[in-house]
Amino acid sequence: MKIIGISGSIVGSKTRIAVQQTLNNIIEKHPDFEVELIDLGDYKLEFSDGRSYMDYTGDTKVVLEKIMEADAYIIGTPVFQASIPGTLKNLFDLLPVNGFKDKVIGIVVTAGSSKHYLVAEQQLKPILSYMRAVVVPKYVFIEEKQYDRKIIVDDDIIFRLNRLANELVNTTDAMQQVKKAEEEAFFF
Amino acid sequence: MMEQYRIDENKGLELGLYTLGDHTTDALTGKAISERQRIQEIVAAAKLAEDAGLDVFGVGESHQPKFITSAASVVLGAIANATERIKLVSSATVLSTADPVRVYEDFATLDLLSGGRAEIVAGRGSRLGAYELFGYDVRDYEELFEEKIELLMKINESDRITWAGKFRPALDDMEIFPKPLNGKLPIWRAVGGPPASAIKAGRMGIPMMLTTLGGPSSAFKGSVDAYRMVAAQSGFNPAELPVSTTSLMYIDPDSQKAFRDYYPYINHLMKELRGSYYPKEQFAEAMSVRNALLVGSPQQIVEKILYQHEMYGHNRFLAQIDVGGLPYAQVEQIIDLFASEVAPAVRRATAKK
Repeated sequence: MKIIGISGSIVGSKTRIAVQQTLNNIIEKHPDFEVELIDLGDYKLEFSDGRSYMDYTGDTKVVLEKIMEADAYIIGTPVFQASIPGTLKNLFDLLPVNGFKDKVIGIVVTAGSSKHYLVAEQQLKPILSYMRAVVVPKYVFIEEKQYDRKIIVDDDIIFRLNRLANELVNTTDAMQQVKKAEEEAFFF
Repeated sequence: MMEQYRIDENKGLELGLYTLGDHTTDALTGKAISERQRIQEIVAAAKLAEDAGLDVFGVGESHQPKFITSAASVVLGAIANATERIKLVSSATVLSTADPVRVYEDFATLDLLSGGRAEIVAGRGSRLGAYELFGYDVRDYEELFEEKIELLMKINESDRITWAGKFRPALDDMEIFPKPLNGKLPIWRAVGGPPASAIKAGRMGIPMMLTTLGGPSSAFKGSVDAYRMVAAQSGFNPAELPVSTTSLMYIDPDSQKAFRDYYPYINHLMKELRGSYYPKEQFAEAMSVRNALLVGSPQQIVEKILYQHEMYGHNRFLAQIDVGGLPYAQVEQIIDLFASEVAPAVRRATAKK
């Protein structure tokens, strides 16, 4: 089973730190899961032009193939202009419409203000649902004041990221059972 | 009514095969046959289709990994030489990245070689390989095709051509050689996806070849209706315009065995060419007569083709069999079943006299 953490913007560090911390929780408690961090800042992705994901080249192809092969994701997003960053939306646009079918996703959000709390609920989740993902219902919303010098210091967030990691792993396991049941439901 | 497209409605629905010329590993063994063997098996399948009494054989064109018939008209030339009666079509020609003059020369030659059996099905291509290879910008996707199909139609309709456009040097009172056997070629428009492309075919008053690969058959009815409606509004008689459909097909005398044996291949095809697997729940829907994907016993295939014929009133159906590295022995068996058990029943039920 493979879980990929996606840090959804090319600038800043808070989102990457939150995603990495969630991945660390998974490594610690569920060593049988393989994890990898994809920080969009480390790759140069083309803009989506509607072609099949297999037909891109370079970094774009590398990232898309890694994502298509994984079983679950932690998607980390900052809030830009009251929405998800264009870099993250572009990643979704690059993937096939059913790109997250049978895949499980947990979300972490970083923002400068609590007034952005519903951005993920109202703008990110509908995209993931359209792409057929199973989304862990509760996401973790982190504000700048909960960090200190690149470390998450708020215990509430630390506990929540732990819970998110566990829920993601358990839901991923459950999804394997669902897939197995679907596979076995047919004679072919 | 459809003489200019060489279709005799009295004989009922025309039945044939087409290949995309995909060249992948075998779903079960993981091994691929050689390029030479794959091409030879395509020619052999066409010969068998003729011997078994099918009406049409199509060869598709793609220019990228996992495909082998980039020079589809050359393969059709070999088939012309190996056969005597079966109609030869492209399925489809990627006209957007080709020179319509060259395409016409190729197919007029094929028409002479084959004794008047060549047809062009012109499409925009559903893959990007040709655009990158020949240096066309996919942002011109629509404009490229519309300009080139207009030129192709013009070549078909007049002896001397004067024409100017954006994507090809102008032609000033030029004549194209050779001429097709009977002066004209049937030229179709390849249509897939939403009705927009079907509407364009209707507006130009040219025959439509529509892909109906899976999902509910009723979903494609909108495209057929829109095509005929727009053709009529544009001053053409829909009764003179043939419609062809295409779909994936697998037949076995035992229906359950057909589903069991086919699933790994259709799943492999999707994984190889589209990078996503074929969900079993979706495949299982093909057990319903109302689903477009043709899998099952000969009787089930007959029922499904007739169900679709009732709905679309189409004139030709082409089946794609050789997918996912399916061994040639199985391709042969399916061609035999299609020709000997499906075709006679379908023709009896759809013939006008």
